[in-house]
Amino acid sequence: MTVNPMTAQQVTQKIVNNEPLFILDVRNEDAFQDWKIEGKKVTYLNIPYFDLLDGVEEILDQLPADREILVVCAKEGSSVMVAEMLSEEGKDVFYLQGGMKSWSEYLEPVKVADLNNGGELFQFVRIGKGCLSYMVVSNGEAAIIDATRMIDIYTSFAEGKGAKIIHAFDTHLHADHISGGRKLARQTGAAYWLPPKDAGEVTYSYVPLEDNEIVKVGNEEIIIHALYTPGHTIGSTSFVIDDQYLLSGDILFIDSIGRPDLAGKAEDWVQDLRETLYSRYKELSENLIVLPAHFMSMDELNSDGTIAAKLGTLISNNHGLNVKNDAEFRRIVTENLPPQPNAYQEIRKTNMGIISPDEEQQREMEIGPNRCAVR
Amino acid sequence: MNIKTNETLDAKGLACPMPIVKTKKTMKNLENGQVLKIEATDKGSTADMKAWAEKTGHQYLGTTEENDVLSHYIRKDGNEDSQEKKHPQVVDNETVQSLDKDSVILDVRESAEYAFDHIPGAKSIPLGELDERISEIDGTKNIYVICRTGSRSDMAAQKLAAKGYEHVYNVVPGMSGWSGETTKSE
Repeated sequence: MTVNPMTAQQVTQKIVNNEPLFILDVRNEDAFQDWKIEGKKVTYLNIPYFDLLDGVEEILDQLPADREILVVCAKEGSSVMVAEMLSEEGKDVFYLQGGMKSWSEYLEPVKVADLNNGGELFQFVRIGKGCLSYMVVSNGEAAIIDATRMIDIYTSFAEGKGAKIIHAFDTHLHADHISGGRKLARQTGAAYWLPPKDAGEVTYSYVPLEDNEIVKVGNEEIIIHALYTPGHTIGSTSFVIDDQYLLSGDILFIDSIGRPDLAGKAEDWVQDLRETLYSRYKELSENLIVLPAHFMSMDELNSDGTIAAKLGTLISNNHGLNVKNDAEFRRIVTENLPPQPNAYQEIRKTNMGIISPDEEQQREMEIGPNRCAVR
Repeated sequence: MNIKTNETLDAKGLACPMPIVKTKKTMKNLENGQVLKIEATDKGSTADMKAWAEKTGHQYLGTTEENDVLSHYIRKDGNEDSQEKKHPQVVDNETVQSLDKDSVILDVRESAEYAFDHIPGAKSIPLGELDERISEIDGTKNIYVICRTGSRSDMAAQKLAAKGYEHVYNVVPGMSGWSGETTKSE
């Protein structure tokens, strides 16, 4: 029977549309436990490929007949091998093209909104890693916020819109993924903006992003208003776009809040995080649509594929915005932390320009989920 | 680190699943207790070798990296535990935690096992080399013979006793149950 490739984009479509999918993940158990393709209608079997070298007969009765079967491994090779063995046993199967490596690097562009003066706002969903980046396009100009290192996706998207990228912003110095902001700026001539308080150790020049800075993109009415919101990092900055959208970086997520410990300063930054979330954000209009830099679970995905919610909704529903006393808040964000992201110290150093790993090394460093949040 | 092995498999430049496929095949030709060195460039091979060895009953010893080449060391399962131990003088691991200067620890595991994990100061003579190197052992000392589970050390202890060594003790269970300090070879 047949073996066909399925691309990360096709898998993304199935997840967004809540289509059933059966995944036979043939990576080793630790890798699977740590990080896998997730979706509301996804079911799994994890059997390492090296347990199947002598044949797949033993697992045939565990494969469903009523839905598509996708074999997944780290880089594709083992999934092709297992898919071919299944095909010889009479199964129709797919393998994930490029493996989890492609899954980690795939970005799905989703339109968030038309802006008031003819511009558009897009969210780029890095579904495999839970990272979100943004593009504002207006009248032949584009700005990108929290770019991933897969910059070709942004440049060709902007080109398709007939826009020139003139600004690349990072809301903070990232610890879970390698920023593409600097590379994007070098390639396109855009300005690279970084909050100076996060840039103490960086080895390159950048445009300092200060509180209350207003940056125009295209038509002058589309403004990006920087708002100093420390807590996840000391320099963390949020943006308000078009008076409607709050890009909250790694401070506030849909169902969780940013963790303050990834630069080794949890104790120092707890109070900043508390003030940002409980004072500064609560002064803003509850009608702002929050657009975070991460999501943690497919439950946060809206039916249109975006990850977005009204600030007012989060103020009532997000557990992290509803902790009554300071001591309890401090305990939650310093004691209750998930494991740190893979290679986060090396990632920080890369984003500071202190080390320059090659592409393959960057890929290895980014393996796994983002883990920037605390619930 | 200078590690003796019984066979080397070149899996450089091969992508997953080939390093494991070839390792499995090569392993069939080795005898129990022998050590295979696998050279690979696929970064994912370390976790897979480890997991595969554990599942199949082989002993994953460790991995070194030099110039982007990973060297994995795996010892084919010896089924040592089933062998009956015959040397009469047996001590437990705790005894070896505090030895005086008149004692030596003799580690008779393969050089690759010793290289990745051994008790500081232990002398390495693999069981297979014991006959030819027996003169390196000082007969005036108390000799504590150790291996992974106590079986190879039992055989080594018998050999030493047969050659006239008087104060020979077999350490049981040995390195598999060792909770004290260990070190790696340089």
